[in-house]
Parts: sequence; structure tokens; C-alpha cells
Amino acid sequence: MNGVTRRVLDPAGLGPACDALHEQHGRMQMAYALERDDGGLEVRYLAAPGSGQAFELWCCRPADGRLPTLTDRAPLLGWYEREMQDLFGLEFGGHPEPHRLVLHEGADPSVPPLRRAAPPGEALPFVRAPWTEPDIDGEDVQRLPFGPVRADVAESAQFVFYYLGEGILHYYPRLFFKHRGLEKRFEGTRPELGVVLAERVSGVGSLGHALAYCQAVEDACGCRVPEYAQWARTLLQELERIYNHLHYFAILADATTLKVGNAQGRLLEEDAKKINARVTGSRFLRNMLIPGGLRRALSGLDGLEDALDPLRRAVERYLAKLNATPSYRDRLIGTGVLTRRTAFDQGATGPVERASGLDRDLRRDHPYAAYESLPPEVTLAETGDADARAAIRRRELLASFTFVSRLLRAVPGGSLRAECRPEAGSGGLGWTEGPRGALYYAVHIGPDGQLGRVKIKSPSFSNWRVFPFTVHGTDMMDYAINEASFGLTIAGCDR
Amino acid sequence: MPLWTLFGLRAGRATTRWPDGGDDGQSDVVGMPRFQPERCLSGCRECVDACLPGAITATGGEGEASIALDYGRCIACRMCIDSCPASALTASGDWAFGVRDRRDLRTANIGDGGGDEPAERLRAGIRRAFGRSLHIRHVDAGSCNGCESELQALNNPFYNLHRLGIFFTASPRHADVLLVTGTVTYAMRDALRATYEAMPEPRWVLASGSCAVSGGATAGTYASGRGADEVVPVDVYLPGCPPNPAALMHALLLLVERAEQRVHRGRVS
Repeated sequence: MNGVTRRVLDPAGLGPACDALHEQHGRMQMAYALERDDGGLEVRYLAAPGSGQAFELWCCRPADGRLPTLTDRAPLLGWYEREMQDLFGLEFGGHPEPHRLVLHEGADPSVPPLRRAAPPGEALPFVRAPWTEPDIDGEDVQRLPFGPVRADVAESAQFVFYYLGEGILHYYPRLFFKHRGLEKRFEGTRPELGVVLAERVSGVGSLGHALAYCQAVEDACGCRVPEYAQWARTLLQELERIYNHLHYFAILADATTLKVGNAQGRLLEEDAKKINARVTGSRFLRNMLIPGGLRRALSGLDGLEDALDPLRRAVERYLAKLNATPSYRDRLIGTGVLTRRTAFDQGATGPVERASGLDRDLRRDHPYAAYESLPPEVTLAETGDADARAAIRRRELLASFTFVSRLLRAVPGGSLRAECRPEAGSGGLGWTEGPRGALYYAVHIGPDGQLGRVKIKSPSFSNWRVFPFTVHGTDMMDYAINEASFGLTIAGCDR
Repeated sequence: MPLWTLFGLRAGRATTRWPDGGDDGQSDVVGMPRFQPERCLSGCRECVDACLPGAITATGGEGEASIALDYGRCIACRMCIDSCPASALTASGDWAFGVRDRRDLRTANIGDGGGDEPAERLRAGIRRAFGRSLHIRHVDAGSCNGCESELQALNNPFYNLHRLGIFFTASPRHADVLLVTGTVTYAMRDALRATYEAMPEPRWVLASGSCAVSGGATAGTYASGRGADEVVPVDVYLPGCPPNPAALMHALLLLVERAEQRVHRGRVS
């Protein structure tokens, strides 16, 4: 794997390695399990040491299906460990919340579904059963479950509030209603077709998912992507940021009851989606990427700058207007504060972590595509509230327009794609910094040359873990605004 | 302090007149593949191998095999088009794929598959009853959120669905139409059924997006279902990945008989 240092650790070595990582201001990124050809399980931990250093991949074989939990040192790993428990049947000794996460209570697979022995195509036997609720008791405490079918057009999830009057004592999001078993679906698929699945993990993140996936396969194969394709991928990633961030502001304006502000944001988002269609034929920037490069050249580039210019000016006016609206700013300032410490410990990513002062951006720290020669400027805020999260996205949105203009000024020539046929048994890691933050794909090629284990780490998986820490102890009135300020998706988290 | 109302008034009208003339907003959007089987090379299976969701199959015996396409499973990924050596499959701007009968999404050379279709149900009078005001309850039963992004776009100022008398409603008790997106995962089956059962009769179901029609790209994993009609009876099927806002509007108007069905036996008319 390029840019990744591999280390083999035994279970007892994990804790000290984690401590050493934190001492040099590094952070764990994700963990996943895979089944080796000998039938044994292996857990891989991805660690990002201090800036400027390569990722580290720690490979560890559990003893008798057990590993010690690392949640006492790196709480953000709590969800990854529970996921491995549900999907691989691993046990993590000493885990503080050892109950189900990805599979709902009542799902009863004969074999953990990501093990190779799991019968292919067998639907999960399921009889809904009570779930492990947080232990909250008190005479006047009320419990409000909301969802999974919620108002308006929304993704499915259930939010459970334990509250006293207006005050939320505790908040628990029940997710994974939308778990589709995507990682299993990749297995046995041809590597060049896997991109079609990656584009359908999170529709509004199609481009970022496709890009991280392709880069993982290219890493496994060791091929070099042509310059034109690298350039086009970068341009498309910034177009993805533009329409997603515009959507974000429309939703935030809606949450703060700015009806015209909401309508204007949605109209600008529509304009951005039409530009996506002009360049790729898809409003979601799909059907362009393939391992090795691009499936076809971008279209509609002639005059694209002239088409983007009015949109950019309209966006500038829109953002300035929002920012100058006291009723909007009042609702954001001081709402849903995420401290720097919690952001670090629980694994916040993207604009959410940067709004809490954590200086990370994969485009700059671990550059890929054309970001190597055009590193973005990373902006930070310190207050960690909804206002800071919106401020980071506002600056990123404007920066993306500038970035796209710079890219359009120098269109490189060259071929669309390189040969990319990863060898049987190879593996690779790919990453992107999408509109919502860090996205990782780990791809392992099976003995038949088709896809084996594919692990997807979406930014929303990280930020859903973090979000409740900003809700406990706040007011009901602020909830919707706080949620909008995080800009979460559910499909990417649930997979 | 910005005067948003004044700003809105000054901005003028952003809304299209479509479908009564005007721009449908999809001029650059590539839709479903167009299939001309007479161009197929004998014995060629390139598109079958390139089709991730299994929408394209080879039927018939060795030598005289013919290629069949089920648009209900198609996710418009264009892999078949890229792989076809004979231009039998080409990119098109066809997206108005809403149909009342699931069989209309299949090219004529696919068998009818032994009665897994819900029977065409009596819908006389739907136009009289609901033609001018239709309330939709949406349920995401396990989508990638692409469908939700386009459903949310319906209420942006360009499409402005309200002008057609069609509204999203919060409560299933106020809804005439259940609009389902997603494959119907194991964990969403009970919620989808409960929502349907909470709706007053008469009620209709629109399966929107290839996932809700057939399970789409993730059909048949341990957690994904194979579409909405495994759980609730479906009245209109709209494949697409995702269906664009104009396709959604066409399917909703088709449901209340204010638009014509455009696809019959896998052919766009």
C-alpha cells in the first residue's frame, strides 16, 4: 500500500501502540475485520500519526475471537468494535457498551453475515426485539421516540429523547434501519464494476465514494492514473462540495425558519446540480470514474466558467445575506457546542472537527489526485458551535468555486485511463476529503481476482457518533438547528 | 438587516411551466439506456457481464440466445453502453419510466414470470377524487439518499410541486399516496407496513427508484429486500437511479391520470 506503513501487533501490543500514537498527537481513523484465507480473523486499525507522516495500518490477529477493547484509550473506536462484533462475531473484552449497533436486536444470523461461511443470499432472520436502552430513570423524565418514519422527506432513523420540560437530559439516535449489507455486496464483484456500488453508498456522496474506491483499487494494483483523469477527479470533487454545501445552507435556513432563505438555497442547489449534469450527464456526478482513471472525458467544459460565474456571485450574495440576518445568526451562536476534546476523542471529521479547532484535511495532509500540486487552504474555527460549523462550510463553499476556476484555467491533455488489474490477494487503501469529511475504502482482492473484503468508512459514521455529545443537556428548541448544522447523512453511516 | 421577503419578490419567478410547455430541467441528464436488439451480435454477452444488478439477461438456448432487459432493475450506470460493441445499447435522455404494470418495464422477450405481479386494480375515479389535490407520505425504506435528494428538489422554486396540487404530508393519516424509496431493508419492513396500514382508504403506492421497484444494486444481500411490492401492494413503478424530479412529477401525474404512460413492454413511445 502506498503511503501506508504496515505494522503487525499482538493483542497486548495494541494499547501501548495507541498510547504512543496519542503522545505524538496522532489519532485512530478506523478499524475493520477481515477473514484470512486460512479462516482466521484479522483486525486492521488505521492510525494517522502527526501531520506530514504516512498512515499506519496495524494488523492484529485476535486470540480465540477476542481482543481487548481500545475504547478506554480511543473512544471513537467504540462503534467500530461493535460493528465487528455484529458482523464478524468478534468479542472485545471490557467494552463499555457491548450491545448491538449495526444489526438490530432481533436479527439472528446463523453465521455472522460478513464471515465467509454465511450462506450467500440468505435474508437475515429477524423478529423485532427490545433494544438496550440507556439506563435513565426519574419520576418526571419523559421519553420521546421519533421515527424511523419522520416528517417531510427525510432519511429513516429513530431519535429517542429523554427530557424534562424543554431540557433534553439524554439523546439516543437509533440508526442502521437502512443497513443494506453493502460491504458484503461488493464481494465477488469485478473490481471495475465495484465503482457502481460505491456510487450508491451515499447518493449525495457518489463522487467521493467512487473516488476513494477507485484509489483503493489503484493502490492495490500500483497503477498510475493519467494526469487528465487526476485533474477531472479533482474538479468533480469540488463540484460535489459545492452542491452539498448549498444544500446544507438551505436546510440550515429552513431550521431557523427563514423561508425565503431556504427557497433560495434550494434554487442555488438546483443550479449546481444542473451544472453537474452538464459536465457528467448525472446530477450526482455519477458514471465517470473507473479504477485506472475516467470512463469518459468531461463534457460541457466550453463556457463552463461563464456558467459558474453567475452562480458563484449569487452564492456570495446569498451567504452574505444569511450571515447578516440576526435571527439566523442568533440561533446558531452558542448552539450545540462540540469541544475540541470531545471532537478528538469521539472522532469528529470534516467541517465539524475543523469548527472545533482540529486542523485536519486529507486533501492537504495526505494529498491525492491533483491536490498534490494544488493544496487547499484549510480554515479553522475554535468555538465548536453551530455558527462555527456553518462558517467553515461557508468558507469552503467559496473556496471550492475559486478552486474550480483555477482548475479550468489549465486543462491538461492526455489519456483517460490506465490499465488497472489488481492481482489476486493484493489490497489497497483509498481516501478522500468529501464535503462531510474523511472517507476511507479498504479493498482486498480475493484469490479469484474479484473483490474480496471491502470496508467503507463514511464521514457520517464518524459524525453520528459525535453528534449526541452536543445534544445531551441542551434544549429541544435547538435540536433541529443543531442537527442541521452537522450536515449528516444516514445512508453513508448505515451502509 | 436583509429583507428576505423583498429579496424574494425582486428575484421574480424561478418556476418552470413544465409539463405545460416550458423546461423540464433535465436537458443534460442521461437517462435509461436505449436498447435496439436487432443490432446485437450473435452470441455476444458483453452487456450481461457488465450489468451489476442483473437487469440484462440472456434468454433462449445456445446459438439463438437473445438479450432481454428489465428496466425495473436498471440503475442507469451506463456500464452496458460502454461495453456494447455493436451500439445495440445507447445513451438516451429517456427517463419518464413510470408504469402501472411491472411487466411494462421488461422487454417483450422476457416471460411474465408466473404471476409475481400485483393485479391491475380498479382505479376508476381517482382523477375525479384526487386529480387536483394529492397528499404524499414518503417512506425511506433503505435508499442511498439519492432519491431523497431528488424528492427534496421537487419543492425547490424551479419545480415547485405545490403548483400541481401535490403536497408532502407528515402524517400517513392525511396521505393518499405512499411513496416508497429504497430496497426495503429487513429493519424497515415493519415501519413501512405500519405506515401503509395507518393510511385511510382509498390509498395508492408509488415505488420510486430502482431499489423500490426491484431492490436495485443491493437486491438480495442479507439485509436488503427486493423492492416495495414484497411488503405493500404497488400501483405505479418508477425505476431510475435516482428518478429525476421531472420523472417523479410524471409518475405522480400518471397516478392521478393526468399524464400518459410512456413505456410499454420495455419500449418508450
